[in-house]
Amino acid sequence: MTVSCRFTVNGSPVYGHFAPMRRLLDVVRAECGLTATKEGCGEGECGSCAVLLDGALVNSCLVPIAEVDGREVTTLEGLRTDDPLFAAFAASGGTQCGICTPGMIMAARALLNDCPHPDLSEIRRALSGNLCRCTGYTGIYAAIRAAAGQGGE
Amino acid sequence: MSWHAPRNLDEALALLAERPGLVPFAGGTDLMVGRQTPACGRQYLSLARLTVLRGVRETASGVAIGALTTMTEIGCHPYVCRDLPALAASARATGAIAIQNRATLAGNIMNGSPAADNPPALLAYGAEVVLMSAAGSRRVPYEDFHGGYKQTVCRPGEILTEILVPVPPPGARHYFRKVGARRAQAISKVSLAALLVGRPGSWECVRFGFASVAPIPILARTLAVAITGSDRGLPDDAELAIALSRDIMPRDDIRSTADYRRRVAMNLVREALAPWTRQGGSNASA
Repeated sequence: MTVSCRFTVNGSPVYGHFAPMRRLLDVVRAECGLTATKEGCGEGECGSCAVLLDGALVNSCLVPIAEVDGREVTTLEGLRTDDPLFAAFAASGGTQCGICTPGMIMAARALLNDCPHPDLSEIRRALSGNLCRCTGYTGIYAAIRAAAGQGGE
Repeated sequence: MSWHAPRNLDEALALLAERPGLVPFAGGTDLMVGRQTPACGRQYLSLARLTVLRGVRETASGVAIGALTTMTEIGCHPYVCRDLPALAASARATGAIAIQNRATLAGNIMNGSPAADNPPALLAYGAEVVLMSAAGSRRVPYEDFHGGYKQTVCRPGEILTEILVPVPPPGARHYFRKVGARRAQAISKVSLAALLVGRPGSWECVRFGFASVAPIPILARTLAVAITGSDRGLPDDAELAIALSRDIMPRDDIRSTADYRRRVAMNLVREALAPWTRQGGSNASA
């Protein structure tokens, strides 16, 4: 069985027939060719596959494509190329192997959209669903503070 | 595998009456994890278009929470934060932000996990759930909702549509604490929500709801009787521990041990009762 779905990814319309329980993660990577979104755990624990759905942070591994009909998806590729988070992550040592980075940046973007000047506890809470196994979190938090114009490094 | 996405509640209930095997799909944060298991032959009933099942409203006696209201909405809703702070706290302790944006209160209940984050607060507050079918609706006290491990009293053709929570009187102590391996994204080793109204010798309400200490989320009834039945102040720790041991049946599993759970459960009870034992402690409303 397939269902027809019409939605946008980074502003571009997508229309197709999909197996209803196919994951948004797989559609974004395989059908849209947008591979910034990563699969880490595949069960909502790690946040590597985080995207924005109608502006809200979600794990794309837990969203069936049937539920995306009529909605707006934003992946890392859909952020402005001059989003201050990109330069800040590079400058602050907020990225190492890179698998968690797109999800970290999407979680950070969701935070800054709601709360442009977060304190450290707000940053920690906003990123609490995103796991990094190499660089650690200090550089990531510093990058978000820097991108929010609050110094850091 | 099939997928049904009715446009309104009547259509959903009619479909469910015809095909009682349909699995209601709310936020999907549990169902998507299990989708590759043998259950993948399942037929799903998407509730996404049933916007009537979403949101929080005040009723004459309390707060009514629509089945599809998300953890994010509950965690910051002004009525919930004001009147039911232990539930607001448990919603904010469920998974992390991306989960809270999708996961619903009814999904957390219907998944039936003994470790679910929000049932302790619903037990402490004496919540009721509304089950609706094409034939009508009924209300069930949440404390009677789970017959056994991963089971519910929900009958074929019924869906959970609303959670009704009475508002506690002013001055009540609202307590919630989840103990897990880390603060976010953890499945609890033990969690406790408590509602305490009155004082030793003249209690009006003593309710302790636990997760992860029995095959289902449980209300600690023996413990409550030990506390309300004492007319000479609070029972001592040994008496409380004996009463608690009759309510809980913790076991060893991948997340913890029965001994650890028993000890932490008792520590949480003491922390909940701290205002009356002058040991400090934290209040979910703080």
